[in-house]
Amino acid sequence: MDLSFTSDEIAFRDEARRFFRTEIPEAIRARAAAGEHLAREDIVTCQRLLNARGWAVPHWPREWGGRDWTPVQVYLYQDEMQRACVPPPLPFNTSMVGPVIAEFGSEAQKQHFLPKIANLDIWFCQGFSEPGAGSDLASLRTSARREGDHYIVDGQKTWTTLAQYADWIFCLVRTDPAAKKQEGISFLLIDMKTPGITVRPIVTIDGGREVNEVFFDNVRVPVENLVGAENRGWDYAKFLLGNERVGIARIGTSKERIARIKRLAAMEQDGERPILEDRRFREKLALLEVELKALEITQLRVVANERGRARGKPDPASSILKIKGSEIQQATTELLMQVVGPYALPYQSEPEAGSNEPPLGPEFAASAAPTYFNWRKISIYGGSNEIQRGIIAKAILGL
Amino acid sequence: MDFDLTEEQRLLRESVERLMTDRYDFEQRRAHARAPAGWSGEIWAQYAEMGLLGLPFAEAEGGFGGGPVELMIVMEAFGRGLILEPYLASVVLAGGLLRHAASAEQRAALLPALIAGERRLAFAHAERQARYHLADVATTARREGGRWRIDGEKSLVLHGDSAQQVIVSARIAGGRRDRDGIGLFLVDADAPGVRRRGYPTQDGLRAAEIGLDGVEATALGEPGAALPAIERVVDEAIAALCAEAVGAMAALHALTLDYLKTRKQFGRAIGEFQVLQHRAVDMFVELEQARSMAMFAALMAGEADADARHRAMAAAKVQIGRSGRKLGQEAIQLHGGIGMTMEYKAGHYFKRLTMIELLFGDTDTHLAALAEAGGLLV
Ligand SMILES: Cc1cc2nc3c(=O)[nH]c(=O)nc-3n(C[C@H](O)[C@H](O)[C@H](O)COP(=O)(O)OP(=O)(O)OC[C@H]3O[C@@H](n4cnc5c(N)ncnc54)[C@H](O)[C@@H]3O)c2cc1C
Repeated sequence: MDLSFTSDEIAFRDEARRFFRTEIPEAIRARAAAGEHLAREDIVTCQRLLNARGWAVPHWPREWGGRDWTPVQVYLYQDEMQRACVPPPLPFNTSMVGPVIAEFGSEAQKQHFLPKIANLDIWFCQGFSEPGAGSDLASLRTSARREGDHYIVDGQKTWTTLAQYADWIFCLVRTDPAAKKQEGISFLLIDMKTPGITVRPIVTIDGGREVNEVFFDNVRVPVENLVGAENRGWDYAKFLLGNERVGIARIGTSKERIARIKRLAAMEQDGERPILEDRRFREKLALLEVELKALEITQLRVVANERGRARGKPDPASSILKIKGSEIQQATTELLMQVVGPYALPYQSEPEAGSNEPPLGPEFAASAAPTYFNWRKISIYGGSNEIQRGIIAKAILGL
Repeated sequence: MDFDLTEEQRLLRESVERLMTDRYDFEQRRAHARAPAGWSGEIWAQYAEMGLLGLPFAEAEGGFGGGPVELMIVMEAFGRGLILEPYLASVVLAGGLLRHAASAEQRAALLPALIAGERRLAFAHAERQARYHLADVATTARREGGRWRIDGEKSLVLHGDSAQQVIVSARIAGGRRDRDGIGLFLVDADAPGVRRRGYPTQDGLRAAEIGLDGVEATALGEPGAALPAIERVVDEAIAALCAEAVGAMAALHALTLDYLKTRKQFGRAIGEFQVLQHRAVDMFVELEQARSMAMFAALMAGEADADARHRAMAAAKVQIGRSGRKLGQEAIQLHGGIGMTMEYKAGHYFKRLTMIELLFGDTDTHLAALAEAGGLLV
């Protein structure tokens, strides 16, 4: 048993650290660190820089740009990226639809889509959830009816993240209404410019505009945009959802945030002394660091286990990473809000160009409460923490 | 021992609850929020008509003669309705200062317009460096001829943008955190030298930064020993906020229960999952504990022994802060995606509860103060 990294791994980590901190624009990383809204261009810029370095899709098959990294390298890459506040490659592209196309798509689909997905020349959004199909995803009702060499798609998706930026959407649709739930579902790629698609924004409680409803009214989709076989979409969806194994705990992000809280708490005075010198506050932070360390080692144990597992078959222990990782991230937003204290109160929209109103309160005050509000989502999406507990109960505990 | 309301109190509760039902559903609230001030002048007039703006003032002074229990009843209903109007700012805070610090002549001059809904006041006390320390006042007042002049920067003034007059705390003597040397001064919001920057708050209410450059002011009462009155008013405000939080929690819990019964996944109402039933039960336990402490706060808000009163308010604020946070987070979680949207009421309750926790001292601040004072059972 040994927790230390090899010298090769350390060299790799240092290279990653240098790259992320010197080659990715400082201004974008600072905005991400402050919890500010990133423009579409920021995300595209970063992904293209990563892709130019060969680092946008390291986990893909080698012929499509993968790097055959060891799980430890993937871990170090993500940890350094998160700590440097680099916006990660768009997950819908690189973790979700890309691997599905690489594994199950036609040769023509691979040729056409994979390079563009890796370089974010095409922005994909994820059309899985529907108003009636959240945790119970297999109850989805959006239908695709075959008519000659097209599918006619009708229905509604919801919670579609950044659909307003997307060029394409990958959807689960029902192609066989007679089959039982999981068996009549197919995986379709749909151009967002197709007539009959309407996107309606849903404003989130922090005032943000990141999710949407997407309506399909008689939308004609060429059959060549079907991925894999008709009515096998559920298998591909399971593969997709199981692909995000490493990194969902976002340990690097929490490390960075704890460091930021400490910096801020050392500056912000509470009476005679900085908040960081308050005993209760220090203990809360220390406790969070204990939990984070434990989770980091748990994550490394899951990573080490990875080697023996088939692609797309998630280790049920990764549900621990999702539960604990989301709780820790949420706890960091609460501590940051505590440091900002009364200055979490003002709703300060992002400074407009030309506005000379100074921001209110300490650094990061403007985003403290919105981030706390917004971060409630991470225990809801990607399989809610209740669903993750169900997985552990069944698959690990045998209950 | 008696937890029953009197006949009058029951009538008060019914009438405020009816107003909330009739005029403050979610859609109506949105419309109120779109008004230029960020709240409804029409509803404000309605409060005046119902006597709510005169609630805490003596009948002899044109008020309703209500005490902390009446205020609790009204604030709880307001919490359910999630009201946007400057009731806390104008009636509880500024009105409280008039009750405890102003002279009878000053009250006679100011109260009629306040009670009639024609004039609103705000309390400008907090400053950038003060955090939750009430004695931390750097703004100064000096005498010039027969007049007072105020210089300083006041921050996070609740509903400070729409008040016509502002009660400003300022130092006439002593160092920045001294308990002595603080006075209260009445300032016209449009007086020369007043700078105001209004903004929305996270919970959809309003606040302002107020700068004062040699602003002419009238002293409320005798300047120099105002801190005890400020502390007393803040204690009353804490009790009021505790009641508002209980109203918000009760409504949010009811909303969540309703959702658990109607939202179907996996072929059944999600409320049939036992694990979610238990979560709803835990929320209910938090709500009832919070309700008990809001009652305790109301019953102690009039306590003359300042030390006992502070301890009671600290304890209530701790309970409300913890319960509100837990219940709020769970409500969002049990709603799933819909809880995350501005279009649904749950998130608005959650945000108001979050802000209530941060107003007038957060949970850890009050817990530390209570521990420092030796706890509650002394
Ligand atoms: C900000 C945000 C972004 C999102 N982005 C996308 C996206 O880009 N694309 C996409 O397709 N989807 C997206 N989603 C949707 C997300 O995946 C769903 O919200 C999630 O699956 C939960 O579904 P639901 O919201 O319908 O809640 P429900 O499934 O209705 O759940 C409500 C509550 O019941 C609980 N529950 C449900 N079933 C059980 C059970 N069997 N046992 C115990 N508890 C249970 C849940 O945990 C939750 O607490 C996003 C959601 C959010 C909030």
